Amino acid sequence: MKRDDIIEYSLYNHHNEEEGVKKRKEIWKVTIILSVITIIEVTMGILLGKVGFLEDQATWDLIKIAYIGLTIVKAGYIILSFMHLGEERKPLRWLILAPYMFFAMYLLFFLLVESNADVKI
Amino acid sequence: MAGEATKQLTTKELWAGKRSPFSISYGKMMMWFFLISDALTFTGFLSALAFMRVYFADVWPITENIFYHFPLVHHTELPLLYVAFMTFILIISSVTMVLAVEAGHRMDKNGVTKWLFLTVIGGAVFLGSQAWEWSTFIEGSHHGAYDMGDGTMGRILNVEGAFEYDGTTYEGTVVQLRNGEIASPELTADLKSNARIVHGANLVENEYGLPLYADFFFFITGFHGTHVLSGVIINFLILLRVRKGEFEKTGHYEMVEKVGLYWHFIDLVWVFVFTFFYLV
Repeated sequence: MKRDDIIEYSLYNHHNEEEGVKKRKEIWKVTIILSVITIIEVTMGILLGKVGFLEDQATWDLIKIAYIGLTIVKAGYIILSFMHLGEERKPLRWLILAPYMFFAMYLLFFLLVESNADVKI
Repeated sequence: MAGEATKQLTTKELWAGKRSPFSISYGKMMMWFFLISDALTFTGFLSALAFMRVYFADVWPITENIFYHFPLVHHTELPLLYVAFMTFILIISSVTMVLAVEAGHRMDKNGVTKWLFLTVIGGAVFLGSQAWEWSTFIEGSHHGAYDMGDGTMGRILNVEGAFEYDGTTYEGTVVQLRNGEIASPELTADLKSNARIVHGANLVENEYGLPLYADFFFFITGFHGTHVLSGVIINFLILLRVRKGEFEKTGHYEMVEKVGLYWHFIDLVWVFVFTFFYLV
């Protein structure tokens, strides 16, 4: 027996040509942002090679933070725009991001605390 | 998504039952759950890599000294450019995927076919590039490198005849140390008679430094590459189903959305691999 009380959510996702034009414009905008960030990262990588900073740890740390910042911006655009998570309901966003962030922070904690430990094998 | 998820509903209505409080279908939700677990696996890998990098900071190989090859370009070192090309391919294939999803929302069968086909091509180009990257790494440099005995390697730039480097002309064997400097004649003579030459990289030895670096390279890019391979196969199978008109019958292209989520996830992981393996 076919149930009639189940909502077929996928059927509500359709949009017409007019909205499609708007969505595609957004997609190309994000494409340009992602490409520009990648170009910045690669240019930084070529101009500020690690070899030049073997003695200057403080500057290298700043460059590292810049890379990680750019990467997180890129990841944000991919998750929120390309994977459409930004358009989903708020509880779903938390349902997906909160468990991940919790366990990722757990790993990050051990990484930051233990890798600098004085005791070496 | 537009539609159900943007409908104004009170919390009470959402959670009263008879509907998904998240306004999402079962299949898409399960794909998200799978992606969370997969993301944690990759986070584990990358954390382990970062841990070992800090732990062995003094002798950890410098990526620019390893991946500087570019197909058809010889005698010129072009660090980062090839992997930047790979990153760009994956970003573009992610864009074609999101365009396929968008075409699916308009029930545009030809549009979905076109963009999904381009996504499969992009994935295949990426896989080919990765195969080339692996084989270059496994094969190693022309002359190999001396095992310096302290965990680092001395790159052999030249073995006989005159050789120009950084404006200075050298005779005979030229060895470059980890910090980029050329080894002194005494050290070179010592290496020539005592040190072992290593060619290329595998799981037990690595011409470019710590074998652990090669282990992480093969595991992380290999695990990601396996994801790309399965992604390409799944995208291709869904492309066949699109062509058969199966989704016209069901009335929506949600299957394309689900494989799209997986494909974007692969791009997302590569963004992090690119940063933590090649840039930092």
